[in-house]
Amino acid sequence: MAGVRERSLAWLHRRPQAQAWSLLGPGTFWLVMFFAIPIIIMLVYSFMVRGIYGGVEPGFTIEHYKRFFDPLYLRILFRTFWISVVCTAICLLAGYPVAYVIARAGRWKNLLLFLVVLPFWTSFLVRTYAMIFMLRDSGLINAWLLKLGLIQNPITMLYTPGAVMAGLVYGFLPFMILPIYASLEKLDLSLLEAAEVLGAKPAARFWKVTLPLSMPGVVAGCLLVLIPCLGSFLTPDLLGGAKQVMIGNLVQNQFSSARNWPFGSAASFILMAAVLVAVLIYLRIKDRSPLEEK
Amino acid sequence: MAQRLPKSLIGFTAVVYFLLHLPILVLVIFSFNSSRYVVWTGLSLNWYRRLLERPDILAALKASLIVGICSTIVSTILGTLIALALARHRFKGRTVFEGLLYVPIVTPEIVVGISLLILFAALKIPLGLSTITIAHIAFNISFVVVVVLARIQGMDQNLEEAAMNLGADEITTFWKITVPQLWPGILAGGLLAFTMSFDDFVITFFVSGVGSTTLPLLVYGMVRKSIEPSINAISTLILIVTTITIYLADRFGRERARADV
Repeated sequence: MAGVRERSLAWLHRRPQAQAWSLLGPGTFWLVMFFAIPIIIMLVYSFMVRGIYGGVEPGFTIEHYKRFFDPLYLRILFRTFWISVVCTAICLLAGYPVAYVIARAGRWKNLLLFLVVLPFWTSFLVRTYAMIFMLRDSGLINAWLLKLGLIQNPITMLYTPGAVMAGLVYGFLPFMILPIYASLEKLDLSLLEAAEVLGAKPAARFWKVTLPLSMPGVVAGCLLVLIPCLGSFLTPDLLGGAKQVMIGNLVQNQFSSARNWPFGSAASFILMAAVLVAVLIYLRIKDRSPLEEK
Repeated sequence: MAQRLPKSLIGFTAVVYFLLHLPILVLVIFSFNSSRYVVWTGLSLNWYRRLLERPDILAALKASLIVGICSTIVSTILGTLIALALARHRFKGRTVFEGLLYVPIVTPEIVVGISLLILFAALKIPLGLSTITIAHIAFNISFVVVVVLARIQGMDQNLEEAAMNLGADEITTFWKITVPQLWPGILAGGLLAFTMSFDDFVITFFVSGVGSTTLPLLVYGMVRKSIEPSINAISTLILIVTTITIYLADRFGRERARADV
């Protein structure tokens, strides 16, 4: 044993790079094997020919990507996009003021932050079920409205685009609040004081100082909400039903009942590509601080 | 500071917090309702009793715990090693490597699930608890790295240098100095990994097979069949498990901060 130990230590001393890679190796292997390679295989599958009982057959074709120009699938892509954009906008409008209040909340800050993070760690499935419990015809909102006499018959809220959006906003709002809070927290308050001394009104101080300086947080928050919205599967599945199909449901359907794996892979890859584009945009914006630009 | 905030802004924030927590509160409250309808008729443990009558719930809980514990142990070890390498070593492509680590975090779960399903099908690996565990390890590694890395960066490196100067080799220093110092961070990372595994539905959904139903898969099946308060009861139990785990993770995180002083 001792011989092995000494020999391996001596070997590590000679090669500092090897030291790093012996730590990185096992985890990197796992991520390459069970994250990177599967996505590459998925990309390859998306150009192959559909097998009869699921799976693929050899060959090369771009027909699966062409199929997205079919009005049926264009509508799904379009719906996914506009639902995600509207949700991101709602999260921004609701999340920015909340992040602002947390950043200025003094001794309440930790409690308020904790209350934002708590739902983030709560099972997404349980939270989606909680939305069903609120929204369905015999759910709590309808029960309350009926009791108050505001409506005579239950309003249908489940299985509408509104239900999907409510579920997504409810699910991903913390992703918007936290990065905006982080950038507001870092904001140098002396800049605001300087603006005040120079005669800027509160509104001007917000639009000319606070907002531009918190833009990195806003951009990060928007991407962190937009990406999971684009890729959502559970929310449209449970809250949207058969009428509000998004890309995620299309992918799932191709791998289960439709048994068209290459088409499902193509849809999944379009999603992955959208995510990578979003991340690249973020990385370009992140390094540009508004102060240094001038 | 607080007094400078306009009242309208505080009111708006209060409304957002209310809406953010109302659904879960209501869900928990109605798990104790004696009626199956959303009218409060009295306190009852009826729906919890119903859960005990179903053997599949216990089996699902067991499956979730097996997957959760196995994937947590492996992903915590692999993630901690990566975090150590990133914090302590300069190697070629380090910045790129660190950037790439975030890709699994932002990749939509459905893409991860589908691509793993394709891999397992291509390799003809039968779907079951082992494939679920493999998948959970893969999505947890990056999260563990982020949590542990944050702790290492606040750690005192002088202790390690002192140990080495006193003649300890790398391996001894690692076990006697680095690991004890890092322990709270590793525990926090591990507990978060367990929560992610215990809660995961989408990825598990695609890589599970016959007879490998975890708790979230079972709940999904129940929700699709019919809405009844026993789902509220089982959801409440899931919430209790994850809340305890998160509370512990938070405590270990703080312990580390205190040790620094």
